[in-house]
Amino acid sequence: MALEKTSVTITVNNDTYTRDIEPRQLLVHFLRDSLGLTGTHIGCDTSQCGACTVLLNGDPVKSCTVLTVQAADQEVTTVEGLGTIEELHPVQQGFWEQHGLQCGFCTPGVMITAVGLLKQNPQPTEAEIREGLEGVICRCTGYQNIVRAIQAAAEQFDATPAQTQAAATTGVTEGGE
Amino acid sequence: MAEVQGIGVRVKRKEDPRLITGEGRYTEDIQLPGMLYAEVVRSPHAHARIKRIDTTAALSSPGVVAVFTGADIEGHVAPIPTAWLPPDSDIKTTAHPALAVDRVRYVGDGVAMVVADDRYRARDAAELVKVEYEPLPATADQELAMGEGAPLLHDDAPGNIAFHWRAGNATDEVFEQAEVVVRHRFRQQRLIPNPMEMRAAVAEYNRSTGDLTLYSTSQNPHIHRFLLSGVLGIPEHKLRVIATDVGGGFGAKIACYPDEALVCHAARVLNRPVKWSEDRSEHFLATTHGRDHIEDVEIAGKQDGTITAIRVRAIANMGAYLSTAAPGVPTILFGLIVPGPYRIPYAGADVYGVFTNTTPTDAYRGAGRPEATYLLERMVDLFAAEIGMDAVAVRQKNLIPSDQFPYETAMGLSYDSGNYQLALHNALETADYETLRATQAELRKEGKYLGVGVTTYVEICGLGPSQVAGAVGFQGGLWESSTVRVHPTGKVTVFTGASPHGQGEETTFAQIVADKLHIPVEDVEIVHGDTARISMGWGTYGSRTTPVGGSALAVATDRVVEKAKKIAAHMLEAAPEDVEFVDGSFQVKGIPTKSTSFHDVTLQAYLAWNLPAGVEPALEGQAFYDPTNFTYSFGTHICVVEVEAETGQIHLRRYIAVDDCGRVINPMIAEGQVHGGIVQGIGQALYEGAVYDDQAQLLTGSFMDYAMPRANFFPRFETSFTETPSPHNPLGVKGIGETGTIAATPTVVNAVMDALRPFGVKDIQMPLSPERVWSAIRNGGSAE
Repeated sequence: MALEKTSVTITVNNDTYTRDIEPRQLLVHFLRDSLGLTGTHIGCDTSQCGACTVLLNGDPVKSCTVLTVQAADQEVTTVEGLGTIEELHPVQQGFWEQHGLQCGFCTPGVMITAVGLLKQNPQPTEAEIREGLEGVICRCTGYQNIVRAIQAAAEQFDATPAQTQAAATTGVTEGGE
Repeated sequence: MAEVQGIGVRVKRKEDPRLITGEGRYTEDIQLPGMLYAEVVRSPHAHARIKRIDTTAALSSPGVVAVFTGADIEGHVAPIPTAWLPPDSDIKTTAHPALAVDRVRYVGDGVAMVVADDRYRARDAAELVKVEYEPLPATADQELAMGEGAPLLHDDAPGNIAFHWRAGNATDEVFEQAEVVVRHRFRQQRLIPNPMEMRAAVAEYNRSTGDLTLYSTSQNPHIHRFLLSGVLGIPEHKLRVIATDVGGGFGAKIACYPDEALVCHAARVLNRPVKWSEDRSEHFLATTHGRDHIEDVEIAGKQDGTITAIRVRAIANMGAYLSTAAPGVPTILFGLIVPGPYRIPYAGADVYGVFTNTTPTDAYRGAGRPEATYLLERMVDLFAAEIGMDAVAVRQKNLIPSDQFPYETAMGLSYDSGNYQLALHNALETADYETLRATQAELRKEGKYLGVGVTTYVEICGLGPSQVAGAVGFQGGLWESSTVRVHPTGKVTVFTGASPHGQGEETTFAQIVADKLHIPVEDVEIVHGDTARISMGWGTYGSRTTPVGGSALAVATDRVVEKAKKIAAHMLEAAPEDVEFVDGSFQVKGIPTKSTSFHDVTLQAYLAWNLPAGVEPALEGQAFYDPTNFTYSFGTHICVVEVEAETGQIHLRRYIAVDDCGRVINPMIAEGQVHGGIVQGIGQALYEGAVYDDQAQLLTGSFMDYAMPRANFFPRFETSFTETPSPHNPLGVKGIGETGTIAATPTVVNAVMDALRPFGVKDIQMPLSPERVWSAIRNGGSAE
């Protein structure tokens, strides 16, 4: 049943938002319905598909399995905060260059997962990439070009100075609120 | 001028920038002021009488605006029709009520719709709708449903038989007189399409104008407008269906469903926008499933490897109602392709469509052709084993030779073009088949079980000529529309009736126009998926987008060039027949200096200050293209597996695909289609399968129970193409969207059976789980 609303403050893509929400609200609904950030998608209700993956304090989480209140006073990065069309994140660039997406629906979650994977392991082997994608489902691509996209992103990281690399990996620029 | 990226170039996709930055606009992303949220209450019983529905508690729940039951919508929302009625099949068109009135027929059948001001509150209230059911006996199995004493789903369909369809020329006599006959029963398990975007709908009504707009997850918005217009009683010109970004379909977004109609009705009654979104568990129950056949197959041939006949008696599980295109899938799209790529003089298909207490089935990627290819390719291997011949040699002996096209099959199809031997040859060479066989023999000595599986296939795609559509009972046309609008500045907007949901058509279609007009792809915008902007269209399915929609575009673009040529000739003071269009400019033949650019001509067409007599202003080409035949893509797939005898675990070592879809517009996109198709095909072979219990409850109702293929299940696929143009369309193209799914399933199963040959195992029920493989090895034979 409907519950009394509570106020939360969350930083999303370096902007800080305060909203009154029901304590039972899922983070993914906060992002999509309360903030209108519809780049994060919902692909299942059992935390299996990873379409809703976002970064919480730099680490990937499935936002369908996190309550909004659990993210209070923390930093969330969604696909909208990853890069812009003028300045794409290396992972976004990789997905475009290597045809890592078809319908594009799982893509934001898969890219965020890839950002998390590369943060842990900046130079993964193909097998490590495939293992690292265990938490996401893509029904279109057969994964082959997703793997190539992540390899391309890793190569780009390799050629990038360490400081920029760290910022790009977390998707959060320094000095963000 | 930027480089022209025409046909054959690996152009990066034009749709990607919005999709990789989170700026795509899928149906669930639509937010409208004052929008309400709908939730459908679904039957937990597979079969039951509805005794009473009490909506009192739901109606008084916070935020609830309305609750609709079957009784409430009677006279306002007509039952959902079936739109494919194969002739001479005694089909029973038992239309699907949008909400059940007195009886539910499967778990997931809609009973009520709750509308509230918030999605959580809508769900709260849905749980308060009290439905009193009287459970009835139910069955999920089509063979049991046909039998005596089975619970009857529809009073007007005795024996639960929805239709009985036959085709072909194979008689009992042919099999009685054959040297060798092999018989086998296959069960094509039921699959759940599971596009990553679930179905959703947002409807907005304008009471003063009577206009209703539906944002929908649709593969064919014009078909949905056409059918919903009848269901809702809204004139077609007052109904707009929009489906721009659609997150995959695989056939599951072809059908016209009750839920979308209900959302429209709620918006109309409440005069407020209404959104409905499936969740995944709901998708498992309420969106169409695929496959689910029981097939008794016979193949006849000679000791020398010649195949003389093949026939199948199939029982197709149609679910509780006949979904939109469903009856065409196990008949036309299945039965007619049974002889495949081989010279088989006699072929037959005898298909029963049967009602059961399950979610309705309909098209799932490949739709009928994977089922046919599976039984054929498995039977070829069983036949080869029976006569002691290598399965590749049997294929080589029977493939239709490349000089025999067009080839008339025993099923009456006319295959357009092909070089089946070349695809097979390339695949064998890539795999290094001879070495694989030697390695296999070596490894067997060490107790390691390597298997090599081969499939040679042909498929019907590019659906299709409208005359044929009519003849086979499809209740629509299968042509496609295209309008090419050249703006005064030379930029181009294309309006197409094809409706992509991942296929990359905004890119490939732009390449076709860029190629013809010699302009950058950036200058071409493809508009799709909106019935208000596009005159008509039949949508995307059956690998028809490029062969039919692309051809419409090619013809429309040619019309632009023809008109521009007349204007250019006038500008150049030459006769139109003396003017040619070369590299983006019109020039007088033999005098390259006497020329004018496409841009200049375009501007003159709009200024219209000095047009030749009889030529109207502006520059726009339109085509309503109806193909003269289907196209027939083909190829060879090879899989190498290793099976652990101790555990039954299957390791995919290599996968080689050589496909021929005629002329390739964008090799990068074509490869992507093949990769995805292969994974879905292997999904059926090894992982996926819907399971119902004996009460017709779906046991595989979530991603926790239904095994979706994941990245770490697969090796890197080795894909390549041969290009045999289709003579039937102006681009020489064939379809590529379904080939992987069609070929991969038998390829992998053939490979596993090849590996298990030392154990005497001939067949295992799909999906080939380690437990089933292990049991088969222990039993030395077939295992359930």
